[in-house]
Amino acid sequence: MGKTLSEKVWDEHVVRSVEGEPDLLFIDLHLIHEVTSPQAFDGLRLAGRQVRRPDLTLATEDHNVPTLDWDKPIADPVSRTQVETLRRNCEEFGVRLHPLGDIEQGIVHVVGPQLGLTQPGMTIVCGDSHTSTHGAFGAIAHGIGTSEVEHVLATQTLPQARPKTMAVTVNGSLPEGVTAKDLILYLITQEGTGGGQGFIVEYRGQAIRELSMEARMTVCNMSIEWGAKAGMIAPDEVTFAYLADKPEAPKGAEWDAALAHWRTLVTDDDAVFDKEVVVDAADITPWVTWGTNPGQGAPLGGTVPSPEDFEDASDKVAAENALRYMDLEAGTPLREVRVDTVFVGSCTNGRLEDLREAAAVIKGHKVADGTRMLVVPGSARVRLEAEAEGLDLVFKEAGAEWRGAGCSMCLGMNPDTLAPGERSASTSNRNFEGRQGKGGRTHLVSVPVAAATAIRGTLSSPADLQTVGSN
Amino acid sequence: MEKFTTHTGVGVPLRRSDVDTDQIIPAEYLKRVTRTGFEDGLFAAWRNDPSFVLNNPVYAEGSVLVAGPNFGTGSSREHAVWALQNYGFKAVLSPRFGDIFRGNSGKAGLLAGTVDEKVVQRLWDHLDENPGATVTVDLESRTVRAGDGPDAIEDSFDIDDYTRWRLLEGLDDIGITLGHEADIAAYEANRPSWKAATLPAS
Repeated sequence: MGKTLSEKVWDEHVVRSVEGEPDLLFIDLHLIHEVTSPQAFDGLRLAGRQVRRPDLTLATEDHNVPTLDWDKPIADPVSRTQVETLRRNCEEFGVRLHPLGDIEQGIVHVVGPQLGLTQPGMTIVCGDSHTSTHGAFGAIAHGIGTSEVEHVLATQTLPQARPKTMAVTVNGSLPEGVTAKDLILYLITQEGTGGGQGFIVEYRGQAIRELSMEARMTVCNMSIEWGAKAGMIAPDEVTFAYLADKPEAPKGAEWDAALAHWRTLVTDDDAVFDKEVVVDAADITPWVTWGTNPGQGAPLGGTVPSPEDFEDASDKVAAENALRYMDLEAGTPLREVRVDTVFVGSCTNGRLEDLREAAAVIKGHKVADGTRMLVVPGSARVRLEAEAEGLDLVFKEAGAEWRGAGCSMCLGMNPDTLAPGERSASTSNRNFEGRQGKGGRTHLVSVPVAAATAIRGTLSSPADLQTVGSN
Repeated sequence: MEKFTTHTGVGVPLRRSDVDTDQIIPAEYLKRVTRTGFEDGLFAAWRNDPSFVLNNPVYAEGSVLVAGPNFGTGSSREHAVWALQNYGFKAVLSPRFGDIFRGNSGKAGLLAGTVDEKVVQRLWDHLDENPGATVTVDLESRTVRAGDGPDAIEDSFDIDDYTRWRLLEGLDDIGITLGHEADIAAYEANRPSWKAATLPAS
C-alpha cells in the first residue's frame, strides 16, 4: 500500500521509533517569537543547556509589537521587557533574529515563507498555533507549547504520537468572488471546531490546485481552527515557482537535488486516508462568522441563525451564549450588521496578495462614516513591497490607516484592540470572546468582504458595491 | 516535575463547551516572562460576572475542573496550563481537549483526562447538588470517582500511556530525549545538504 503525503514527510523525520512510545521526530525549522519563548530560554539556562541547532532556528518580533511608532522604543514597559528579553536570549544563544526595524521583521508565519525558509517536506514548529500555515508548502507544521519550545531548542527533536490522516478534497473551481478564506470558513462551519482533531489534513482537489501559494497559506493557516494537528497541500509547480527566487531557497545543484525530492512528495494513488471529506467548490459563497468560535459561520447572504436551528444540546447553548455576547438577534440579515472597525492583516490574510485584493476593492471609494479601517502588512517586506506598488496611497486616500508590520488586532495583545462592545469585520482567524480586545465582537471575513464592509459600514461583499454604483 | 499518582480535591463544574485558551487566559496577560503568577488572568473576562462558578467562595480551593467538550482549543499558549496550575488546579476533565492544550498539560504536569460526555454531565449534577464536593482522579487506575452510596460516580478516563507513565514517574521529557543523543546525531549526519538553514554553515 502506498503512503499519503503526511506519512512520507513523517517517516523521513523519525529519529527513533519504539512500540508504545511516541516517535521522536527531527525538526527542520524552529520559529520563535517573544511571547512563548522567554520561559523556554530560562529553562535552558536553569539546566545549563545550549540551543542544539541555532542554524535551524529563527526569531522575529510580532505578537507584542506596536504598529504605530514602531521605530521608537516600545511604550508599554511590560511589552518592552518581553521584546528585549527575546533580543537578549537570541544574542546569548546565537539565534538569528529579525527585530523591529529589520526588513524581514513581521509575523513569524509570513516571514518564514517570504525568506524561502519554509520548504516542502520539512517539519516546522513554532510556539504559535497558526504554524499550520507552513503546511501550504507540503511541510508538516504545527504549533507547540513553551515546554516543547524548550525541548526543541535543547534537542532539535520532538516526541510526537503519529496522528491519523484525513483528505479534504475540494472538487470544481471556486465561484467568482469566492476566496480561500471563504473556503476554509465554510469547511470549519461544516466540520465544527473539533472536526479535525487528531488528524493531519491534506487539502486536495481542483479548487486547491488552482489556488496561489498565498491563498494556500490562508487555507492551511486555519487548520487549527477546526482542531487539526496540521494541514498540508502537496507541493507542485505553483510551490516551486514561488520558492525559486526566495533568498534562502537552495541554489544551483542544491536546488535541482531539492526539487527532485520535492516532486516525490505527493500522496500515492493507492494510499488510504483514515478519513475523507469531499466538498463541492460550487456550494461555497462569501462566508462570515456570526458567533464566538470559527465554526459558527454562515453565508454572507444569509441571516443570523437561531439556537433552535441546532440539534445538538451543547451547540444550542453555545449559540445562545454567542448571540448574547455578539449582541445579535436571530433572523437578522447578516448584510444589515453594522461594523465599527475593519481589520485587514494577520498571518491569515496579511500578505501582499491580500493587500492588493483589498486595494482593488477600495480604490476610488471612501471608508464609511463611523467605521475605521486598519490595514496591517504581515511583514516589513510586505509593507515595502505594497508601498512600491502604491497600495498604501490607495488605502490612505480611502481614509484607512496604513500601519507597520505585526500581529496587530488579531489578538488583543498590543495597542491595536477593539473597545468593549465594538464590532469588527476581521480578516484574522479567531472570533473568540475578547480575542481582539475585552468585550470586542469579531466577525471573521475574507479580504474582499472586509474591504467592501469598510466602504458600506455593514457586512458586505464587493458585489454589493456594484449594486450601489448602478443605482 | 512532581509525580502524579492520585489526587482528591474540590471539583469545579464549568458548564461550558468550546472553552478556548483565550478564555482561559486572555492575551493581555501573556506579556510576562515568568511561569508563575498567571492565576490573576485565569478566566479573566468571566471573573467579572458574579455568577461565574469560580466567584463562588465554595470553589476557592477548587483543584479538579470538570468542563464541557473542546476544552483548550485555539492558541498554543502554555500560559493557559500555567494559569490553571497557578490557581491550584491539578486535573481537568473534559470529553475532548484541544490537541496543543492536552500536550502542554502533559508536559507541565497538569492531568488532562478525557471522560465520556455522560460522566461530565453526572459530575456537573453531583457538584451542583453538593457544592464543594470532592472528586478523585486516580491516574494509576485511570479512574475518576465522586460521591458515595448508591449514587456514587466511578468511571474511567483516558490519557495516553506515555503521558501517564511520565506523570506517574514525574519525568522530564528533555532529559529522556537527551538520552537518545546517539540517535539524534546519527540522523543529523544523514540530512541532505540542501536542507534549509537560518545561519551560514560554520
